[in-house]
Amino acid sequence: MSFHDYFFAAPGAIVDRPWVGFANYATVLSDPAVRRSFVNVGIFLLINVPLTVVLSLLLAWSLNAAIRWRGFFRVSYYVPYVTASVAVVGVWLFLFNSDGLVNSVLGPLAPDPSWLVNSKLAMPTVAIYVTWKQLGFFILLYLAALQNVSKDLYEAASMDGAGRWKSFRNVTVPGVRPATTLVVLLATVTGANLFTEPYLLTGGGGPDGASASPVLIMYQRGIEQGNPDVGSAIGVLLVIGVLILALIQRRLLDRES
Amino acid sequence: MKRKVTSVLLALGLAGTAAACGGGGGGSSEAAAQAKGPITVWYSNNAEEVAWAKQMVASWNSAHADQKVTGQEIPTGKSSEEVIGAAITAGNAPCLIFNTSPASVSQFQKQGGLVALDSFSDGKSYIEERSGKVAQQYKSTDGKYYQLPWKANPVMIFYNKKAFAKAGIDTAKPPLSTYDEFLATSRKVVAAGGAKYAIYPAPSNEFFQSWFDFYPLFAAETGGKQLIADGKSQFASEEGKKVAAFWRTLYAEKLASQEKYNGDSFVDGKAAMAIVGPWAIATYKGKVQWGAVPVPTSEGKPAAETYTFSDAKNVAMYSACKNRGTAWDVLKFATSKEQDGKFLQATGQMPLRDGVSTAYPEYFAKNPDYKAFADQAARTVEVPNVPNSITIWQTFRDAWSKSVIFGQQDPAAALDGAVQKVDQLASGS
Repeated sequence: MSFHDYFFAAPGAIVDRPWVGFANYATVLSDPAVRRSFVNVGIFLLINVPLTVVLSLLLAWSLNAAIRWRGFFRVSYYVPYVTASVAVVGVWLFLFNSDGLVNSVLGPLAPDPSWLVNSKLAMPTVAIYVTWKQLGFFILLYLAALQNVSKDLYEAASMDGAGRWKSFRNVTVPGVRPATTLVVLLATVTGANLFTEPYLLTGGGGPDGASASPVLIMYQRGIEQGNPDVGSAIGVLLVIGVLILALIQRRLLDRES
Repeated sequence: MKRKVTSVLLALGLAGTAAACGGGGGGSSEAAAQAKGPITVWYSNNAEEVAWAKQMVASWNSAHADQKVTGQEIPTGKSSEEVIGAAITAGNAPCLIFNTSPASVSQFQKQGGLVALDSFSDGKSYIEERSGKVAQQYKSTDGKYYQLPWKANPVMIFYNKKAFAKAGIDTAKPPLSTYDEFLATSRKVVAAGGAKYAIYPAPSNEFFQSWFDFYPLFAAETGGKQLIADGKSQFASEEGKKVAAFWRTLYAEKLASQEKYNGDSFVDGKAAMAIVGPWAIATYKGKVQWGAVPVPTSEGKPAAETYTFSDAKNVAMYSACKNRGTAWDVLKFATSKEQDGKFLQATGQMPLRDGVSTAYPEYFAKNPDYKAFADQAARTVEVPNVPNSITIWQTFRDAWSKSVIFGQQDPAAALDGAVQKVDQLASGS
């Protein structure tokens, strides 16, 4: 599709879809909105992936301990993940608009323009929102992984004089490394597919394209504007980018282990 | 061996998917234009239109047992246009859709998804007799009608009488005619705490949002020009730049908000004014004491000379339709004077019928609030029916968003900057 002048047509319609080589790729790469969307998603992944790994591991570790209300907390972290995006986005709009709860608490420290219409803060806010919404799923992965870390290792570490933090660093983190590889990969893949949040939370990738993602641009070009050839070229570039990123991540994580 | 089998199965799966994505066969028949039999129609999902459509379908079916019409709401999707586009590609679009956006017609036409209504012997004459000169705006570039102009929601300025009264502004004839008056009234109502914002058009970046900020005022300022005329952009003209500067002032002085509002800002009292068509009146009932005036112009044109955006939705016949003879008869039945009257009664939206304000005197005598919209319906401007229509509007919206809403570029320069790309798109390349 990305190598043709392609558009969707009714069955039986006689249409010409000539081979155009890399013309669609040239169109995509010369489009500042597309280039910006790739930079935006890069910023998103830089914030979202490390934050997801750190927070989900720490929370899973805490929720694995014998604490009061453990079941309640586990469910609470999972609820945003299973709640419809439209509903959760409504809550975040209420929290982060200029008259919202967050700015009321911050008072004079509140940013101007506010979070979701501030070109420097819109994408980080989206990244934090997505991290929070997806956290429950990744906590679940780490909780499962934590069940496979032998209790003997913690006892041995304790006998060697390791405190809670040292046990975490030297037993838990290496013990759940395969799960970390999975979390990094999944967070990268789902993050690169970012669509709902720029579509709903920042009103179509605003302000001025600061939170537009490649998938949002794919939707605009491919579906709304009837240019699926250009949309698919963006998709192919995105897949290549994610594959390269996943390969680098795997090399790095394998080397560490 | 096992690996090889798996690879072959995966390859076959991919090939199957690719084949499914490819073009299909089939074809429309000349005979279909005469064919009679059962058909399906889709309509919008708002309660008032659903009620009208159900009675229209029931009324038709009671007299045509052999040509049964099945009506249903347009399936849910991100937008009606997306659902319709998918249905065209899948070959399962209904015969008629009573909610076809004029902006999407060129795209649906390119997809081979629409039937030219001129292919019916009385097609052209019926459309032009019913809608008058307004019909010309709905012709495609090949000179044919692929849509029947059905109903308009002429965009006007609604104002909250309570908020205006709080600011000591005349609620019967508020000063909103010129840009200077509008800005002064806006400042006054916000300063007096009538509402946090004077007006709150959606500041989001969807391609269609400019139909509810720039375009009505551009239509008014230019005396009825479209965004593009004879393949050339009109929006970077002196008039277009005046409109942009007006809105920029509203945003710069925080009389309009840059933030998306999750709800109806006018109903919720966040904004003292709204820029919308008469469809919204039903939602204001019992919640806001409103008045309506034409959109402002720089020099304050009289109401009788003020144009606006039509916000029309039309009816199109889709090429998947087998029984086109019945579909054409249903289309004429649903847009007859009687059914148009019932539609007006049920929804308050204006049928795109020549002389609508005089065609239903009883209705307008009972509902004087709607009279101004009926008068305004005679002076509406549609989106241009050109290739790449939606891409053009998105290009315009991007320039508008950057400059007028977020102030990151001079509005006049942003409009100038969008001209070349829009002209190229309008030429079909």
